[in-house]
Amino acid sequence: MATVIVVTSGKGGVGKTTSTAALGAALAQQNQNVVVVDFDVGLRNLDLVMGAERRVVFDLINVVQGDAKLPQALIRDKRIDTLSLLPASQTRDKDALTAEGVTRVIGELREKFDWIICDSPAGIERGATLAMRHADAAVVVTNPEVSSVRDSDRIIGMLDSKTAKAEKGERVDKHLLLTRYDAARAARGEMLKTEDVLEILSIPLLGIIPESEEVLRASNLGSPVTIGSPNSVAAKAYFEAARRLKGETLVVTVPAERRSIMGRLFGRRAVA
Amino acid sequence: MNLMSLFRRRDSAPVARERLQVLLAHERAFVGKSDLLAVLQEEIISVIAKHVTIERERVQIKLDRGDPISILEIDVEVPSAAAAAALRETRAAMAGG
Repeated sequence: MATVIVVTSGKGGVGKTTSTAALGAALAQQNQNVVVVDFDVGLRNLDLVMGAERRVVFDLINVVQGDAKLPQALIRDKRIDTLSLLPASQTRDKDALTAEGVTRVIGELREKFDWIICDSPAGIERGATLAMRHADAAVVVTNPEVSSVRDSDRIIGMLDSKTAKAEKGERVDKHLLLTRYDAARAARGEMLKTEDVLEILSIPLLGIIPESEEVLRASNLGSPVTIGSPNSVAAKAYFEAARRLKGETLVVTVPAERRSIMGRLFGRRAVA
Repeated sequence: MNLMSLFRRRDSAPVARERLQVLLAHERAFVGKSDLLAVLQEEIISVIAKHVTIERERVQIKLDRGDPISILEIDVEVPSAAAAAALRETRAAMAGG
Protein backbone atom coordinates (compact mmCIF):
# COMPACT_ATOMS: atom_id res chain seq x y z
CA MET A 1 0.00 0.00 0.00
CA ALA A 2 1.48 3.33 -1.05
CA THR A 3 1.93 6.16 1.41
CA VAL A 4 1.62 9.78 0.28
CA ILE A 5 3.68 12.22 2.31
CA VAL A 6 3.65 15.99 2.04
CA VAL A 7 6.73 17.90 3.12
CA THR A 8 5.42 21.28 4.14
CA SER A 9 6.14 24.28 6.36
CA GLY A 10 4.27 27.43 5.42
CA LYS A 11 7.45 29.47 5.66
CA GLY A 12 9.98 29.42 2.85
CA GLY A 13 13.64 28.62 3.17
CA VAL A 14 13.35 26.25 6.12
CA GLY A 15 14.53 23.16 4.21
CA LYS A 16 11.50 21.55 2.56
CA THR A 17 13.21 20.73 -0.72
CA THR A 18 16.45 19.60 0.91
CA SER A 19 14.47 17.39 3.31
CA THR A 20 12.27 15.98 0.53
CA ALA A 21 15.39 14.97 -1.40
CA ALA A 22 17.18 13.56 1.65
CA LEU A 23 14.18 11.65 3.04
CA GLY A 24 13.21 10.36 -0.40
CA ALA A 25 16.75 9.17 -1.08
CA ALA A 26 17.05 7.67 2.42
CA LEU A 27 13.86 5.62 1.95
CA ALA A 28 15.04 4.50 -1.50
CA GLN A 29 18.41 3.54 0.00
CA GLN A 30 16.40 1.37 2.42
CA ASN A 31 15.02 -0.53 -0.59
CA GLN A 32 11.74 1.29 -0.86
CA ASN A 33 10.25 2.37 -4.17
CA VAL A 34 10.12 6.15 -3.94
CA VAL A 35 9.04 9.08 -6.08
CA VAL A 36 9.66 12.68 -5.03
CA VAL A 37 7.19 15.14 -6.58
CA ASP A 38 7.87 18.85 -6.93
CA PHE A 39 4.68 20.89 -6.41
CA ASP A 40 6.43 24.25 -6.59
CA VAL A 41 5.18 25.20 -10.04
CA GLY A 42 7.07 28.17 -11.46
CA LEU A 43 9.86 27.92 -8.89
CA ARG A 44 10.97 24.32 -9.22
CA ASN A 45 14.13 23.37 -7.38
CA LEU A 46 13.83 19.74 -6.42
CA ASP A 47 15.38 18.80 -9.79
CA LEU A 48 18.42 20.92 -8.93
CA VAL A 49 18.82 19.53 -5.41
CA MET A 50 18.46 16.00 -6.83
CA GLY A 51 21.04 16.71 -9.53
CA ALA A 52 18.57 16.01 -12.34
CA GLU A 53 18.11 19.54 -13.69
CA ARG A 54 19.52 18.66 -17.11
CA ARG A 55 17.30 15.65 -17.57
CA VAL A 56 13.88 17.33 -17.26
CA VAL A 57 11.79 16.93 -20.41
CA PHE A 58 8.19 16.70 -19.25
CA ASP A 59 6.81 17.79 -15.90
CA LEU A 60 3.89 17.51 -13.50
CA ILE A 61 1.83 20.09 -15.42
CA ASN A 62 2.32 18.20 -18.70
CA VAL A 63 1.02 15.06 -17.02
CA VAL A 64 -1.83 16.89 -15.27
CA GLN A 65 -2.94 18.40 -18.58
CA GLY A 66 -2.53 15.17 -20.51
CA ASP A 67 0.30 16.43 -22.75
CA ALA A 68 2.59 13.65 -21.55
CA LYS A 69 2.15 10.24 -19.96
CA LEU A 70 3.38 9.76 -16.42
CA PRO A 71 6.27 7.39 -17.36
CA GLN A 72 7.57 10.01 -19.83
CA ALA A 73 7.81 12.63 -17.09
CA LEU A 74 9.34 10.46 -14.37
CA ILE A 75 13.13 10.79 -14.07
CA ARG A 76 14.88 7.75 -12.65
CA ASP A 77 17.78 8.61 -10.33
CA LYS A 78 21.16 7.57 -11.73
CA ARG A 79 22.59 6.58 -8.34
CA ILE A 80 19.66 4.71 -6.80
CA ASP A 81 17.34 2.89 -9.15
CA THR A 82 14.39 2.77 -6.75
CA LEU A 83 14.26 6.58 -6.64
CA SER A 84 12.38 8.72 -9.17
CA LEU A 85 11.59 12.40 -9.56
CA LEU A 86 8.51 14.06 -10.99
CA PRO A 87 9.60 17.65 -11.61
CA ALA A 88 7.45 20.78 -11.50
CA SER A 89 7.06 23.10 -14.44
CA GLN A 90 9.34 26.11 -14.50
CA THR A 91 7.54 28.09 -17.18
CA ARG A 92 3.88 27.52 -16.45
CA ASP A 93 1.58 29.32 -14.09
CA LYS A 94 0.65 27.63 -10.83
CA ASP A 95 -3.01 27.85 -11.89
CA ALA A 96 -2.25 25.14 -14.46
CA LEU A 97 -2.36 22.69 -11.56
CA THR A 98 -5.95 21.46 -11.25
CA ALA A 99 -7.42 19.55 -8.34
CA GLU A 100 -8.76 16.80 -10.64
CA GLY A 101 -5.44 16.49 -12.44
CA VAL A 102 -3.53 16.16 -9.18
CA THR A 103 -5.97 13.54 -7.93
CA ARG A 104 -5.45 11.49 -11.09
CA VAL A 105 -1.64 11.77 -11.03
CA ILE A 106 -1.41 10.82 -7.35
CA GLY A 107 -3.69 7.85 -8.08
CA GLU A 108 -1.36 6.69 -10.86
CA LEU A 109 1.72 7.18 -8.67
CA ARG A 110 0.13 5.12 -5.90
CA GLU A 111 0.11 2.14 -8.24
CA LYS A 112 3.82 2.42 -9.06
CA PHE A 113 5.51 3.41 -5.79
CA ASP A 114 5.63 2.61 -2.07
CA TRP A 115 6.25 6.23 -1.13
CA ILE A 116 5.09 9.41 -2.86
CA ILE A 117 6.81 12.39 -1.29
CA CYS A 118 5.32 15.74 -2.27
CA ASP A 119 7.51 18.81 -1.90
CA SER A 120 5.11 21.64 -1.10
CA PRO A 121 5.69 25.23 -2.16
CA ALA A 122 5.93 27.81 0.63
CA GLY A 123 2.80 29.72 1.57
CA ILE A 124 -0.76 28.61 2.19
CA GLU A 125 -2.13 29.16 -1.29
CA ARG A 126 -3.36 26.76 -3.93
CA GLY A 127 0.00 25.09 -4.60
CA ALA A 128 0.45 24.26 -0.93
CA THR A 129 -3.12 23.04 -0.47
CA LEU A 130 -2.89 20.83 -3.58
CA ALA A 131 0.42 19.38 -2.37
CA MET A 132 -1.17 18.34 0.94
CA ARG A 133 -4.52 17.34 -0.58
CA HIS A 134 -3.95 13.57 -0.79
CA ALA A 135 -1.42 13.18 2.01
CA ASP A 136 -1.62 10.22 4.38
CA ALA A 137 1.14 11.78 6.47
CA ALA A 138 2.88 15.13 6.69
CA VAL A 139 6.41 16.12 7.52
CA VAL A 140 6.24 19.62 8.96
CA VAL A 141 9.66 21.18 8.48
CA THR A 142 10.37 23.79 11.14
CA ASN A 143 13.36 25.91 12.14
CA PRO A 144 13.77 26.74 15.85
CA GLU A 145 12.75 30.31 15.17
CA VAL A 146 9.53 32.24 15.95
CA SER A 147 8.25 32.91 12.44
CA SER A 148 8.83 29.34 11.32
CA VAL A 149 7.04 27.90 14.37
CA ARG A 150 4.08 30.21 13.86
CA ASP A 151 3.75 29.25 10.19
CA SER A 152 4.06 25.56 11.04
CA ASP A 153 1.21 25.94 13.49
CA ARG A 154 -0.90 27.40 10.72
CA ILE A 155 0.00 24.58 8.35
CA ILE A 156 -0.87 21.99 11.01
CA GLY A 157 -4.31 23.61 11.21
CA MET A 158 -4.68 23.27 7.44
CA LEU A 159 -3.59 19.63 7.50
CA ASP A 160 -6.42 19.04 9.98
CA SER A 161 -9.03 20.79 7.84
CA LYS A 162 -8.13 21.06 4.15
CA THR A 163 -6.90 17.59 3.25
CA ALA A 164 -8.95 14.81 1.68
CA LYS A 165 -8.41 12.73 4.83
CA ALA A 166 -9.61 15.53 7.09
CA GLU A 167 -12.74 15.97 4.98
CA LYS A 168 -13.50 12.27 5.42
CA GLY A 169 -13.13 12.69 9.18
CA GLU A 170 -9.77 10.91 9.24
CA ARG A 171 -6.45 12.25 10.43
CA VAL A 172 -3.27 13.02 8.54
CA ASP A 173 -0.31 11.74 10.60
CA LYS A 174 1.82 14.77 11.32
CA HIS A 175 5.54 14.64 12.08
CA LEU A 176 7.84 17.44 13.11
CA LEU A 177 11.21 17.68 11.41
CA LEU A 178 13.32 20.27 13.17
CA THR A 179 15.96 21.57 10.78
CA ARG A 180 18.93 23.92 11.05
CA TYR A 181 19.17 23.08 14.72
CA ASP A 182 22.18 24.33 16.64
CA ALA A 183 22.36 22.34 19.89
CA ALA A 184 25.03 24.60 21.38
CA ARG A 185 23.00 27.77 20.83
CA ALA A 186 19.86 26.08 22.16
CA ALA A 187 21.80 25.05 25.29
CA ARG A 188 22.92 28.64 25.77
CA GLY A 189 19.32 29.86 25.63
CA GLU A 190 19.84 31.67 22.35
CA MET A 191 17.63 29.39 20.29
CA LEU A 192 14.34 27.63 20.94
CA LYS A 193 14.98 24.14 22.26
CA THR A 194 13.49 21.00 20.73
CA GLU A 195 11.22 20.63 23.77
CA ASP A 196 9.96 24.19 23.35
CA VAL A 197 8.97 23.63 19.74
CA LEU A 198 7.43 20.24 20.54
CA GLU A 199 5.41 21.67 23.38
CA ILE A 200 4.12 24.54 21.26
CA LEU A 201 3.25 22.53 18.15
CA SER A 202 2.41 19.27 19.97
CA ILE A 203 3.07 16.85 17.13
CA PRO A 204 5.52 13.94 17.38
CA LEU A 205 9.16 14.45 16.51
CA LEU A 206 10.47 12.79 13.35
CA GLY A 207 14.02 14.02 13.68
CA ILE A 208 16.42 16.84 14.37
CA ILE A 209 18.66 17.92 11.52
CA PRO A 210 21.62 20.00 12.63
CA GLU A 211 22.73 23.17 10.93
CA SER A 212 25.40 21.56 8.81
CA GLU A 213 27.88 22.36 6.11
CA GLU A 214 27.21 18.96 4.61
CA VAL A 215 23.64 19.92 3.75
CA LEU A 216 24.75 22.96 1.76
CA ARG A 217 27.51 20.96 0.14
CA ALA A 218 24.94 18.36 -0.89
CA SER A 219 22.77 20.94 -2.67
CA ASN A 220 25.83 22.48 -4.29
CA LEU A 221 26.66 19.09 -5.75
CA GLY A 222 23.10 18.08 -6.63
CA SER A 223 23.30 15.04 -4.43
CA PRO A 224 20.91 14.45 -1.50
CA VAL A 225 22.97 14.47 1.70
CA THR A 226 22.15 10.81 2.38
CA ILE A 227 23.77 9.89 -0.93
CA GLY A 228 26.59 12.46 -1.08
CA SER A 229 27.70 12.34 2.56
CA PRO A 230 26.02 9.26 4.03
CA ASN A 231 28.23 9.31 7.13
CA SER A 232 27.58 12.93 8.05
CA VAL A 233 25.55 13.79 11.13
CA ALA A 234 22.81 15.30 8.96
CA ALA A 235 22.56 12.19 6.76
CA LYS A 236 22.35 9.94 9.81
CA ALA A 237 19.52 12.08 11.16
CA TYR A 238 17.68 11.75 7.83
CA PHE A 239 18.25 7.98 7.71
CA GLU A 240 16.75 7.67 11.19
CA ALA A 241 13.84 9.93 10.24
CA ALA A 242 13.15 7.70 7.23
CA ARG A 243 13.09 4.62 9.47
CA ARG A 244 10.65 6.37 11.80
CA LEU A 245 8.42 7.13 8.80
CA LYS A 246 8.41 3.39 8.14
CA GLY A 247 7.09 2.89 11.65
CA GLU A 248 10.25 1.97 13.52
CA THR A 249 10.61 3.34 17.02
CA LEU A 250 14.00 4.95 17.56
CA VAL A 251 15.06 7.35 20.27
CA VAL A 252 15.71 10.81 18.80
CA THR A 253 19.16 12.04 19.67
CA VAL A 254 20.21 15.66 19.48
CA PRO A 255 22.84 15.70 16.80
CA ALA A 256 25.96 17.78 17.26
CA GLU A 257 28.66 18.48 14.74
CA ARG A 258 32.00 17.43 16.08
CA ARG A 259 34.21 20.47 16.32
CA SER A 260 37.74 21.01 17.41
CA ILE A 261 38.69 23.72 19.91
CA MET A 262 39.96 25.88 17.08
CA GLY A 263 36.79 25.24 15.11
CA ARG A 264 34.71 26.28 18.10
CA LEU A 265 36.73 29.41 18.59
CA PHE A 266 36.55 30.47 15.00
CA GLY A 267 33.06 29.17 14.27
CA ARG A 268 33.97 26.71 11.58
CA ARG A 269 34.99 23.11 11.30
CA ALA A 270 38.65 22.45 11.60
CA VAL A 271 40.32 20.88 8.60
CA ALA A 272 40.81 17.26 9.44
CA MET B 1 28.17 46.72 23.04
CA ASN B 2 30.51 46.85 25.99
CA LEU B 3 31.83 43.99 28.05
CA MET B 4 29.17 44.32 30.74
CA SER B 5 26.29 43.95 28.32
CA LEU B 6 27.62 40.52 27.44
CA PHE B 7 26.99 39.42 31.00
CA ARG B 8 23.71 41.23 31.34
CA ARG B 9 22.17 39.86 28.18
CA ARG B 10 19.11 37.82 28.95
CA ASP B 11 18.49 34.54 27.18
CA SER B 12 16.21 35.23 24.25
CA ALA B 13 14.84 31.72 23.69
CA PRO B 14 12.47 31.81 26.72
CA VAL B 15 11.09 35.12 25.45
CA ALA B 16 10.51 33.59 22.01
CA ARG B 17 8.75 30.64 23.58
CA GLU B 18 6.47 32.79 25.69
CA ARG B 19 5.56 35.11 22.83
CA LEU B 20 4.72 32.15 20.61
CA GLN B 21 2.57 30.49 23.24
CA VAL B 22 0.47 33.61 23.75
CA LEU B 23 0.19 34.34 20.03
CA LEU B 24 -0.70 30.82 18.95
CA ALA B 25 -3.32 30.40 21.66
CA HIS B 26 -5.15 33.26 19.98
CA GLU B 27 -4.49 32.33 16.40
CA ARG B 28 -5.82 28.83 16.99
CA ALA B 29 -8.99 30.21 18.56
CA PHE B 30 -9.59 32.55 15.65
CA VAL B 31 -8.56 30.26 12.82
CA GLY B 32 -10.97 30.56 9.91
CA LYS B 33 -12.56 33.54 11.60
CA SER B 34 -10.07 36.09 10.42
CA ASP B 35 -12.71 38.76 10.00
CA LEU B 36 -14.20 38.14 13.43
CA LEU B 37 -13.73 41.79 14.39
CA ALA B 38 -15.48 43.04 11.26
CA VAL B 39 -18.41 40.70 11.93
CA LEU B 40 -18.58 41.76 15.56
CA GLN B 41 -18.51 45.40 14.57
CA GLU B 42 -21.43 44.95 12.14
CA GLU B 43 -23.54 43.02 14.61
CA ILE B 44 -22.85 45.39 17.49
CA ILE B 45 -23.74 48.39 15.35
CA SER B 46 -27.00 46.82 14.26
CA VAL B 47 -28.00 45.96 17.84
CA ILE B 48 -27.26 49.46 19.13
CA ALA B 49 -28.86 51.13 16.12
CA LYS B 50 -32.17 49.47 17.00
CA HIS B 51 -32.33 51.55 20.14
CA VAL B 52 -30.32 54.72 19.60
CA THR B 53 -29.23 56.72 16.59
CA ILE B 54 -25.50 56.33 16.03
CA GLU B 55 -22.99 56.97 13.28
CA ARG B 56 -21.17 53.93 11.97
CA GLU B 57 -17.84 55.71 11.93
CA ARG B 58 -18.17 56.47 15.62
CA VAL B 59 -18.01 52.83 16.66
CA GLN B 60 -14.51 51.55 17.39
CA ILE B 61 -13.65 47.96 18.12
CA LYS B 62 -10.25 46.88 19.38
CA LEU B 63 -8.92 43.55 20.50
CA ASP B 64 -5.86 43.47 22.70
CA ARG B 65 -4.53 39.95 22.86
CA GLY B 66 -2.89 39.05 26.12
CA ASP B 67 -2.35 36.31 28.61
CA PRO B 68 -4.29 35.21 30.66
CA ILE B 69 -7.02 37.48 29.26
CA SER B 70 -7.70 39.49 26.15
CA ILE B 71 -9.57 42.74 26.15
CA LEU B 72 -12.29 43.43 23.65
CA GLU B 73 -12.83 47.17 23.70
CA ILE B 74 -15.98 48.61 22.19
CA ASP B 75 -16.20 52.37 21.97
CA VAL B 76 -19.55 53.75 20.83
CA GLU B 77 -20.16 57.47 20.64
CA VAL B 78 -23.81 58.16 21.36
CA PRO B 79 -24.84 61.62 20.18
CA SER B 80 -26.91 63.94 22.36
CA ALA B 81 -30.68 63.98 21.76
CA ALA B 82 -30.48 67.13 19.63
CA ALA B 83 -27.57 65.84 17.56
CA ALA B 84 -29.40 62.54 17.08
CA ALA B 85 -32.49 64.34 15.83
CA ALA B 86 -30.37 66.35 13.39
CA LEU B 87 -28.74 63.15 12.22
CA ARG B 88 -32.11 61.48 11.63
CA GLU B 89 -33.25 64.49 9.61
CA THR B 90 -30.14 64.41 7.43
CA ARG B 91 -30.66 60.71 6.79
CA ALA B 92 -34.33 61.17 5.97
CA ALA B 93 -33.43 63.99 3.58
CA MET B 94 -30.77 61.82 1.92
CA ALA B 95 -33.15 58.89 1.66
CA GLY B 96 -35.85 61.18 0.22
CA GLY B 97 -33.49 62.90 -2.25
